[in-house]
This record gives sequence, structure tokens and C-alpha cells, in this order.
Amino acid sequence: MTKLVEWLLGVSLVGAAWALVSFDLLDLSLPQTYREVAWPMPLYLLVSFGCFSLATVGYRVATFNDCDEAAKELMEQIKEAKEDLRKRGLKM
Amino acid sequence: MASRKTSHPNRDSEDKYSILLPTYNERENLPLIVWLLVKYFGESGYNYEIIVIDDGSPDGTLEVAKQLQKIYGEDKILLRPRATKLGLGTAYIHGMKHATGNFIIIMDADLSHHPKFIPEFIDKQKEGNYDLVSGTRYQGNGGVYGWDLRRKLISRGANFLSQVLLRPGASDLTGSFRLYKKSVLESLVERCVSKGYVFQMEMIVRARQLNYTVGEVPISFVDRVYGESKLGGNEIVSFAKGLITLFATT
Repeated sequence: MTKLVEWLLGVSLVGAAWALVSFDLLDLSLPQTYREVAWPMPLYLLVSFGCFSLATVGYRVATFNDCDEAAKELMEQIKEAKEDLRKRGLKM
Repeated sequence: MASRKTSHPNRDSEDKYSILLPTYNERENLPLIVWLLVKYFGESGYNYEIIVIDDGSPDGTLEVAKQLQKIYGEDKILLRPRATKLGLGTAYIHGMKHATGNFIIIMDADLSHHPKFIPEFIDKQKEGNYDLVSGTRYQGNGGVYGWDLRRKLISRGANFLSQVLLRPGASDLTGSFRLYKKSVLESLVERCVSKGYVFQMEMIVRARQLNYTVGEVPISFVDRVYGESKLGGNEIVSFAKGLITLFATT
């Protein structure tokens, strides 16, 4: 099963459950509160996911490590390497 | 790490590591990356060979590679040049054809990937007998140098999207600093059809599909050529296309 198919399946199942409850498709005579809560759920979930995504990406960008020592170390090693290679006969 | 022993117990192991270095116009960087590889492999005692796959660089990269061969020996530096610039996947296939190692390390030749992490990759691989070990910039003390806010945002955003859509079980999908068992790399490369960043993503996704085990090691990615960075609109569009393709086909 590809990820696309997994998602379509998941969305269909959740969609079917939502429609069932919101529009009382099977005439189950559910309490009015169930229908009132279920009806805006897709929008709530979408907005929540949007907020979660922004917060997660924002957090990850803010905590993205900057490797200053690694850069310094590399610069020094480059100097050392150039010197050593010159001694060994490398013509740059 | 424990104190360095003067004998090299690692040399007795039958493992050999072939490092594939696809190059294009890396005349300046190639000697430096080779020097670093020789340094860290020498200290670790592991058996290794460096395979330079030059795609007809006009700046004379191949000539420099030949000089390095004279300095370090033809058993340590192997040259597998090609006439023109071809894809990364075919470079790996071409490089692997004559590789004598049972492990393959792929990395960039522009010094953004530092060979000091290779012993850590090897330790990690042995720890869990992983089929592949991937360097990650996003976890532990992994990180980047030389990236501005825009690039970090795009990188994290794209990675988040990939995680949501593909759930790959690895934190850094577009990274190209990895250690593979040779048989694993061979079977993956023949199955992968994408290009560029997406190729590296596809390798990990297909690895998971085939139930290969993936280990991760935090790495630092030092971007020295940021001025010529190629993270423009075209790249983003092709990434998005590739991501959707992987989403729909894997």
C-alpha cells in the first residue's frame, strides 16, 4: 500500500464516521450534542494541525544547531592539510 | 573515546570501507578531503580505499586526483572517471563496480561532510549491525554552519513535510553522508529513479520498504560555498514534485 492510498483510506474512514454522526445517516437518533460537536471537527482538526506544524517547524528552526567550532576546526585542518600536501609534492 | 592503541586491532578485521567521491570541479577541495580521509582512517586502523568518480571536470580535478594517487598509492586512491556529467545514481553504480570493500561510504567532496564522523558511523553500524547508517543534521548535536534563517526555514519545513507524508523513520532524509553495506547499496540504487535531493530521500524510503535497518549519527554540515548555494525556486519545485512522486508510489 502506498502512502497515498493509506492517506485516502484514513481520510475516507474518518470522513465516513464524521458524516455518519453529523448528518445522522443511519437514523441512529444520537443526542444533539454529538452532532454539534462532530460537525465542526474537520475544521478544528485542520486548524490544530496547522498550528502544530507552525509551532514544530518554528521550534526546530530556533533550535537548529550552529556548528561554529566545526567550521573553525575545518579551517585549521585545511591549513595543516595544504602544508602537508605541499611537502609531499602536490602541485596546486 | 578510549586512548589510542599503538597497535591497530581494527586492521585485523576483514571489513574494508570503500569511499565513493563523485566530483565535479573540485580541484581545490579534492586534496583536502583525501588528506582528511587518510588522516582519520589512518588513526582508526580500518582498511579503506577512496574511489574518485570525476565527471569530466574542466578545471583539472582528474589531474589532481592522479597526483594524489602518486602520493598515497594506487591501492588507496582509485580513479573511475567518466566523460561527462551524469547522474549521482549512475556514479555510485560505476564506482561500486570495482570497489573491493564490503561497506560503502558516500559523501560530498566539497568539505561540507567531515571525515571525522566516519569512525562514528562505523561504530554505530557495528553496534546494531545496521544495513545503513545515515548522518543527520537535525538530531543530537548535529547541525549546520553558514546557513541563514531562510535556508534553515526551508530545510526544516521541507523535512517536516517529508516526515508527515512519508513517515520514513529517519530524521534527515536529504542528507548524503551515509554508510551502507555494499549489497544493500547495490540493491537500493537499482530501484531508485529520482534525481538530486529526492534520490537520497528515495534511498531511505526504499530501504525501509525492504526492511533494512537504519542507524543515525549526528553530523555537522559546514557550508563554505553558501554564496553559490543552489536553494532557489527551481530546486524547491523539483523537491516538491519528487516528494509527491514518492508519496504516490511508495
